[in-house]
Amino acid sequence: MTGLLSRVFPIATVVAAIMVVWYGFTVYLNSPWQIERYEKAAIEWQMGDLVRDTMAQDRPILPAPHQIVTEIWKTTALKKVTSKRSLIFHGSVTLSSTLLGFAMGTLLGIGLAVSIVENQAMDKSLMPWIITSQTIPILAIAPMIIVVLNAVGLSGLLPKAMISTYLSFFPVVVGMVKGLRSPDPMHIDLMRTYKASRLQMFWKLRLPASVPFLFASMKVAIAISLVGAIVGELPTGAVAGLGARLLAGSYYGQTIQIWSALISAACMAAILVGAVSFISHVTLKRMGLQS
Amino acid sequence: MTGFQHSIATIGGLAALVAAYLAVGDAGIGMLVASLALAVFGLRHHFGIAPQARFDLAASLAGMVLLLAILDGDMPAATWPFLISCWLSGWLAVEKSLAARGLSQAMSSAVSLAVPVFFGAWIIFVWEVLTIGLQIPTVLLPPPSMIAVRFAESTSILWADFQQTVIKAALSGYIMGCGSAFIVAILIDRIPFLQRGLLPVGNFISALPIVGIAPIMVMWFGFDWQSKAAVVVVMTFFPMLVNTVAGLQATQAMERDLLRTYASSYFQLLIKLRLPTAAPFIFNALKINSTLALIGAIVAEFFGTPIVGLGFRISTEVGRMNVDMVWAEIVVAALAGSLSYGLLSLLEKQVTFWHPSNRRKTQ
Repeated sequence: MTGLLSRVFPIATVVAAIMVVWYGFTVYLNSPWQIERYEKAAIEWQMGDLVRDTMAQDRPILPAPHQIVTEIWKTTALKKVTSKRSLIFHGSVTLSSTLLGFAMGTLLGIGLAVSIVENQAMDKSLMPWIITSQTIPILAIAPMIIVVLNAVGLSGLLPKAMISTYLSFFPVVVGMVKGLRSPDPMHIDLMRTYKASRLQMFWKLRLPASVPFLFASMKVAIAISLVGAIVGELPTGAVAGLGARLLAGSYYGQTIQIWSALISAACMAAILVGAVSFISHVTLKRMGLQS
Repeated sequence: MTGFQHSIATIGGLAALVAAYLAVGDAGIGMLVASLALAVFGLRHHFGIAPQARFDLAASLAGMVLLLAILDGDMPAATWPFLISCWLSGWLAVEKSLAARGLSQAMSSAVSLAVPVFFGAWIIFVWEVLTIGLQIPTVLLPPPSMIAVRFAESTSILWADFQQTVIKAALSGYIMGCGSAFIVAILIDRIPFLQRGLLPVGNFISALPIVGIAPIMVMWFGFDWQSKAAVVVVMTFFPMLVNTVAGLQATQAMERDLLRTYASSYFQLLIKLRLPTAAPFIFNALKINSTLALIGAIVAEFFGTPIVGLGFRISTEVGRMNVDMVWAEIVVAALAGSLSYGLLSLLEKQVTFWHPSNRRKTQ
């Protein structure tokens, strides 16, 4: 119990400090506009009024945390799921392309890693280009890819998922290559004394040994898939998805809407990474790799 | 010759035979002769003639040159098996030269440098042949030659965009973000309480879609490069913070004790032991951040920008369907990304020459 407390307490303190700073900035950043309004309406104002009113503007420069929470509550629990204004609707659009991209990226990554480990020519030819592929700021050209794919009739889920795939295959390749090469020479020698074939060596030794590495990579991959999906939603004419909410919010100066989309994206990232960690924990425990 | 190499050679030879058969119908005499030559090359292994890798490489390169020479919108059917055969002989050359034993040090490092370059050349070559041979609309995917021409024609525009986005926005944001994170990391390193609190929060924030703050920053800091730099600062701050703090903790008690017996002060300990130990972690963050900085700067330009910059150019030229210009901008971004990554890798090798991954392998 004390162990849990000593872990949670510092985090809670930091989060609380962030909240305090946030509220401070809310008052500071929003007050010029508020004071201007007071002066126009010739209202006598006290410091208390200012603090109260800066946290209740419609289009604040920086909305207060409770405004964002209220907005999220209004657009999730109080709206029908099918409504265009429901964050759950937009979130599910983003979630589906994230998951599709993540699945494709993981499969592609595993496939590439296996071919790299099993074939030296693939290793030498592919590995430098895989690293180079990630120095190209794909997120930055994602909107163009979406527009071009739309022009040839590929629209909907798949183009967005492809952006996520491009981003998420990389950590999986790197992790899996490391993992497939991780069995120590002793184990490999043991398998050789059993006269194991290359295929048996792969299924019974290399693949099980790579599982912890795979899960570690998948945690990175799913977070980055979500980023890919959100950026992929920016140019689709702001139809649906958290990215579309961001863009629509920035067009109409709806700061509260932008922040609520951002915070929901953050929550979604936390839940997704948490889910992968949970699956990883259960799997590794059943494999006997984690005490 | 392993069985695997044998099968590559045989399939390549057979593909060339198919090409020769198809060439009899509709392709010129040149194609027929080339296909037959390639078939002989592929199948020569069955007779044990001249198995050296350089002959396969020569066959592959000659095939590429021939295909480029006859490339136009209306390719005969023989082209495709011919292309496959060329590719297989290239692969065979790579397989053989990697499997070769007893090469000199210089030769084997030349091989490991040449293989990825050869592979990259093949990717661009196949891209060129497919886009022109299959008459893929240039709006969808322009051939590399067209991109190269556009790149050469508009260097002044590209240079202006490069300065605006990479130098002004990304680089200044990168330096501010990484620098401030480095200082904060050293400060919180002295307070274990803050470490335990900030690290999980920092790790959490690094996993968030921070690009999303781009519209907010554009609202706060205006359309010019300052807002882009602000996005870059926020994006690069947390990876650097988390990695530096982790790196500063990486020293072993034994090493710290040794320095303490020498009566070293806090700063001596920091500079002589802890920062060098943290260097691999810090370089890891610097490398991750170099890509993040470019992404942040370009994406932020989609939300409002003066009429210059990589992101601005990409979004407007897409609208005008000038896809070759977009690709030229992508080349600029890719070059900037790869160059900065390469420079950081070189610097890392110089700074952390003692690290096991950088030591020269002794036989």
